[in-house]
Amino acid sequence: MSEVSKSSSGNGFEPRIVGFFCNWCTYTAADLAGTSRLTYAPNVRVLRVMCSGRLDPQFILDAFRKGADGVLIGGCHPGDCHYQAGNHKALRRYTLLKRLLKTMGIEEERVRLEWISASEGDKVQRVINEMTEDIRRLGPLRLPPIPHAGRMPGEAVERVSSIGQETGL
Amino acid sequence: MSKPKIGFYWCASCGGCDEAVVDLAENILSVVEAVDIAVWPVAMDFKRSDVENMQDGEMVVTFINGAIRNTEDREIVEILREKSKYIVAFGSCAHLGGVPGMGNLYTRESILECSYSETPSVVNPEKVCPQGETTVPEGVLTLPVLEERVWTLDQTIEVDYYLPGCPPPVALIVDGVTAFLTNQLPPKGSVLGPKHSLCLDCPRKDTKPENMLIKEFKRPHETEIDLETCLLAQGLLCLGPATRSGCGAACINGNMPCTGCLGPTDSVRDYGAKALSGIASLFDAETEADIARIADRIVDPAGTFYRYSLPGSLFQGKVFQKEGARS
Amino acid sequence: MTAIQGDGSIRIGVFICHCGINIAAKVNISEVVEFAKTLPHVAYATDYQFLCSDPGQELIKTHIRENNLNRIVVASCSPLMHEVTFRRAAGEAGLNPFYVQMANIREQVSWVTKDMKSSTTKAKALVAAAVRRVARHDALEVRQVPVKADVLVVGGGIAGIQAALTIANSDKKVYLVEREPTIGGHMAQFDKTFPTLDCAACILTPKMSSVAVHPNITLLTFSEVVSVEGYTGNFRVRIKRKPRYVIEDKCVGCNACVDACIYKQPRFPDEFNVGLSKRKPVYMPFPQATPSVVLIDPESCIQLKKGTCKMPCVDACDRNAIDFNQKEEFLDVDVGAIILATGYQPFNPSRIPEYGYGKYPNVYTGLEVERLVNAAGPTQGQIVLKDGTKPKSVGIIHCVGSRDQKTNPYCSRVCCMYSLKLAHLIKERTEAEVFNFYIDMRAAGKGYEEFYDRVMSEQVQVIRGRVAEVTDWAVTPEEEGKLVLRVEDTLVGVARRIPVDMVVLSVGLEPQPDVEQVQRLFNISCSKGGWLLERHPKLAPVSTFTDGIFIAGACQGPKDIPDCVAQAGAAAGEAMALIDKGHVDLEPNAAHVRENCSGCRTCISACPFHAISLDKETGLSVVNEALCKGCGTCVASCPSGVAQQQMFTDEQIYEEIEGIMNYV
Repeated sequence: MSEVSKSSSGNGFEPRIVGFFCNWCTYTAADLAGTSRLTYAPNVRVLRVMCSGRLDPQFILDAFRKGADGVLIGGCHPGDCHYQAGNHKALRRYTLLKRLLKTMGIEEERVRLEWISASEGDKVQRVINEMTEDIRRLGPLRLPPIPHAGRMPGEAVERVSSIGQETGL
Repeated sequence: MSKPKIGFYWCASCGGCDEAVVDLAENILSVVEAVDIAVWPVAMDFKRSDVENMQDGEMVVTFINGAIRNTEDREIVEILREKSKYIVAFGSCAHLGGVPGMGNLYTRESILECSYSETPSVVNPEKVCPQGETTVPEGVLTLPVLEERVWTLDQTIEVDYYLPGCPPPVALIVDGVTAFLTNQLPPKGSVLGPKHSLCLDCPRKDTKPENMLIKEFKRPHETEIDLETCLLAQGLLCLGPATRSGCGAACINGNMPCTGCLGPTDSVRDYGAKALSGIASLFDAETEADIARIADRIVDPAGTFYRYSLPGSLFQGKVFQKEGARS
Repeated sequence: MTAIQGDGSIRIGVFICHCGINIAAKVNISEVVEFAKTLPHVAYATDYQFLCSDPGQELIKTHIRENNLNRIVVASCSPLMHEVTFRRAAGEAGLNPFYVQMANIREQVSWVTKDMKSSTTKAKALVAAAVRRVARHDALEVRQVPVKADVLVVGGGIAGIQAALTIANSDKKVYLVEREPTIGGHMAQFDKTFPTLDCAACILTPKMSSVAVHPNITLLTFSEVVSVEGYTGNFRVRIKRKPRYVIEDKCVGCNACVDACIYKQPRFPDEFNVGLSKRKPVYMPFPQATPSVVLIDPESCIQLKKGTCKMPCVDACDRNAIDFNQKEEFLDVDVGAIILATGYQPFNPSRIPEYGYGKYPNVYTGLEVERLVNAAGPTQGQIVLKDGTKPKSVGIIHCVGSRDQKTNPYCSRVCCMYSLKLAHLIKERTEAEVFNFYIDMRAAGKGYEEFYDRVMSEQVQVIRGRVAEVTDWAVTPEEEGKLVLRVEDTLVGVARRIPVDMVVLSVGLEPQPDVEQVQRLFNISCSKGGWLLERHPKLAPVSTFTDGIFIAGACQGPKDIPDCVAQAGAAAGEAMALIDKGHVDLEPNAAHVRENCSGCRTCISACPFHAISLDKETGLSVVNEALCKGCGTCVASCPSGVAQQQMFTDEQIYEEIEGIMNYV
């Protein structure tokens, strides 16, 4: 049992948020927030990708499936993408995904896309604090567990078994 | 020595999967030659006790179609699991939840409410609703109870193989059955179908532009569909790029876009999310407003991307936060 | 290189850094070490004061060998800081360097979290994520690609000239591309330079002619870059050469054609003199133009517009250099590095209508006055009003288009100093009374404060306050026929009206109007407002986020000549370092399309670099690794999940999510 979830069963709920930050802008901005000693809520745990364009919507759903209460995506400002237009691709997927998530009962605030440039350490601080508070207000996501008698949804076949079976026929 | 026994069973399904077995046509003769069909409720009379009385593992393989929607479905597949050496999830509903799986966008209560009182054609002033047990003078009547939500077969019992499709294409059924008959089974957990997506086998693939972007999506009734051009290139939301091949491009040949019934390829965890990602990547728009304009034309994202796979998705269904409808 | 031994089992070593007290003061290190030991595949976990130090790296190497580790996790600072260090250490211990994963527990944990408990929890989550991820890492090889030996410099102002000369002097070939007909840039238009009052032309023109004659420099004026392909060390650049209608190799700049032109008098605005004088359709931009070649303006030349001229220019040229049939030409060059020195544009003051530029004839910009005071300028150095008389009083307004929320929030850095320079020159030439209206007097630079003192001693008046308005509405007899500057003198605290004959607007510097095009063409970023973005504001000021492309001069932000020259030298140094190394190392994070691709082409349109194409034979997608920059956009878009990115595979990311979520 984790400390975070322990405290969530106690007086205050501590949201767990997965951050997907692009290497060139938002991850660098998060480092800058660090070197500038800007303290902020410890609830966002960041995973680095080269570009927000790498973000497969499956990762976002997977993070929720694994217990995240929110997902924060950080990319370069439009026009500033290190890879020209990866952030536009991220925006296209995000826009459509948000609509899907809405019909799936996921509140607006739980998935957030922010353009944060390498120089905006203060924005990292602000966005993380805001989002943590927003989700604290919403409460935990409580995604119902999936029973899996067989395999996890979509889990790679190779991982279940790599040995051929005898049919006995 | 007697012939090995096999079974077919249906849960929450439309009957189309059994129809597909019949569609094996003369192929079914070679199947019947090799095996005894011990269970097949759609074609033969059999009682629950007949199955219960079988030895464990007596049947070599049972093909189960349909999603798990009520307690009867669950009970019977659990029995069949015991009695069968192999279980094949047959068709989209058993594989990923299928069309009935879209019921997971609603609570059980709201579905019952809708079916038994709100539907305009229903007159039910006493609000009679099916109950698991009803006491009548003659005794207690029982009915299967609707489960909280729709489950895939492998969320209910252990599944060995999957035959995808709505219904599974005859060619895949033949290949699957042959694999059993010839003892050439792939690794457990495999989906018995091609590993690539539909585009490779699409008769229109050469008309697909190399650098394709879509400015506007159209629904099939809104446009005159060219018979030869790639449907995506015509702005129709074709899910062929994301969907496992094996159907012989049946819908495309009927001049209709692929809706994804064979589900994802092996390296995809969530069909809807991945298909959505591929489709959104094709949006020919940079600004928020332009992107939103294109997205507006996809009126029902859940119904579009999870038409056959909602219970088998990472979310499994809608999340009902406030109502506390879920345990 | 691979170090998976024996049974092929994964043995992960976890190293937690204290970073002195930087991490240790906020993260319970021993708790994290004990936690790490419980994680799957972890064979060893320890901590150390400074892992990046030599003994720290030795410690890692020793444990790799002694404990047979085949993956390591270093929990310390940001990977952007020390990933290279730890990869190298792992490599030296015989491990593939890509079997290293870092957990950023300093910048993103200890430095940003208030209490120790939260820090420790977060650090554990990040360590778990790194452990889960590294187990899925692959042994990869850095790709080495040879670099092309030549350099492209874009922009022929002082920064571009300096960069080109520096590189050419090291015996490397340079292509210097300038879109105007001559190099020299804005500096060529200036009269004197602050604070030394050197004559701009006297110090610039020798450099311009060095460029023209340098055997290693190919000077391409009146030319523009139209496309850039490739990547660091291997760029292919297409350059458009606009027609001058004069054969550059034949023209010697004798101006005989100019004299012979059918237009006896110059009638068209002279660009070099910012429209303050006229030129003919055939003209030399200015006397020291480099190359010393005339050109013909198709907008005003009768022959080019209507085809009806007698063409006396053709007859006058004894070298047959005039060619009315000249068409634009394209030139492809292969270069290893590119330096952008595309400069700035002066702020257009008509955007601040209350200053009356364009409305009152005697309101000038600083650049216009530069031309007026120049002996070779439109008035032969006479500072005169539009009616030809000498001004008796001049008001110079600072910060026009700078430090102003309505236009540009930033300080343009040069205006205070050039305003003082103009004040000095005007005073010297006209003995007029000169007022400087300033917000703050910024004279930070070697000799700048001294220059300010000197100008002050010349009885130039300074009034602290932003001018509200320039008006010709006189309220007193003394104001009749004058331009009145309304200003609050903030040192005295009174509103004042200062009547003058001439107003000079010290306009700020703005990014070039087509900076967006430059940004797209070269795939580099811009900071707010459109200045080209440096890789790091302090430690990589002339590098960009696109390897192999460097920036110099005012395209990166407002700066004066000494700073431009210094940056140009730095950019030249960076370019030479790249080329002299002879090869570039590419991160092995390219995408690839695995088996079972269906040829759906989604990835092709997703790729910003045209690195993916359809194999003609198989009909399936293939990634050109040399063009792939490793963004992973195609991987996310691939609807059947067969496209994958090395170093960022789906599995690695899922494992990382698992580690982040499911251990603490």
